[in-house]
Amino acid sequence: MNKKVAIFRKEHFNAAHRLFNPAWDDKTNTQVFGKCALPNYHGHNYELIVKIVGEPDEKTGYVMDLKELSDLIEEKIIERFDHKNLNLDTEEFKNLNPTAENIAIVIYELLRPHINKEKDLQIRLYETPRNFVEYPAP
Amino acid sequence: MVYLTRIEHFNAAHKLYNPNWSKEKNDEVFGKCANENWHGHNFELYVTIKGEPDPDTGFVFDARKLGVLINENVTEKLDHKNLNVDVDFMKDKLCSIENLVTAIWKELEPHLPPPVQLHCLKLIETAKIYVEYYGGK
Repeated sequence: MNKKVAIFRKEHFNAAHRLFNPAWDDKTNTQVFGKCALPNYHGHNYELIVKIVGEPDEKTGYVMDLKELSDLIEEKIIERFDHKNLNLDTEEFKNLNPTAENIAIVIYELLRPHINKEKDLQIRLYETPRNFVEYPAP
Repeated sequence: MVYLTRIEHFNAAHKLYNPNWSKEKNDEVFGKCANENWHGHNFELYVTIKGEPDPDTGFVFDARKLGVLINENVTEKLDHKNLNVDVDFMKDKLCSIENLVTAIWKELEPHLPPPVQLHCLKLIETAKIYVEYYGGK
């Protein structure tokens, strides 16, 4: 019988960004990204939900120790992005547009090597209370 | 007397930084909020007005019109902007939410038609931090 359980840890970070394709001129950027392309940046309270799916361990009853997951997210994600300018202050977005989609993919890639291969990982990222993304998509 | 609240929001970048201080002093006082390349928030603004409901409309003030006034005079000037760089009414001010809420009051209050009175502004910066301002000193 499948006894897979999903566990979730919620964290948050506050960051500045702008959406901009350097291969395009300003007019095209404004046409495509609207006010998100404004040159002096804007920002968000990002809310991150990390989902891990697997069978609970027989000895501990845990899919994964949530304290360990929390420490991992803090070390790999929050310290990297919190109170930063995603375009200017982070290696990951030097050449990658920091859309919510791309941020979710980057967070997945940063966390995946540190989580047991037998467990599934999914990222949900809220850019605003109304705009959010999931990766990988089910 | 009835209190009516309209909620609006804006997303903006800012930093907390006193230009009269050294970088070290700014880091000491403002911590990561002083990051030179800014950071940002989804701000939420609660605008509460007060008055007696009009006998013809039942309204203290038309909530849709209140939304238009807030957007024209406040949120359009702040949304997707850098509060330190792009906003005329924050020029030469420290970009704390305390200073932002009093500046928003000055921008908005003159546009409310009497007898409508502005009662309170609540400005939420994060899920854990907000300020309230009731006007005056």
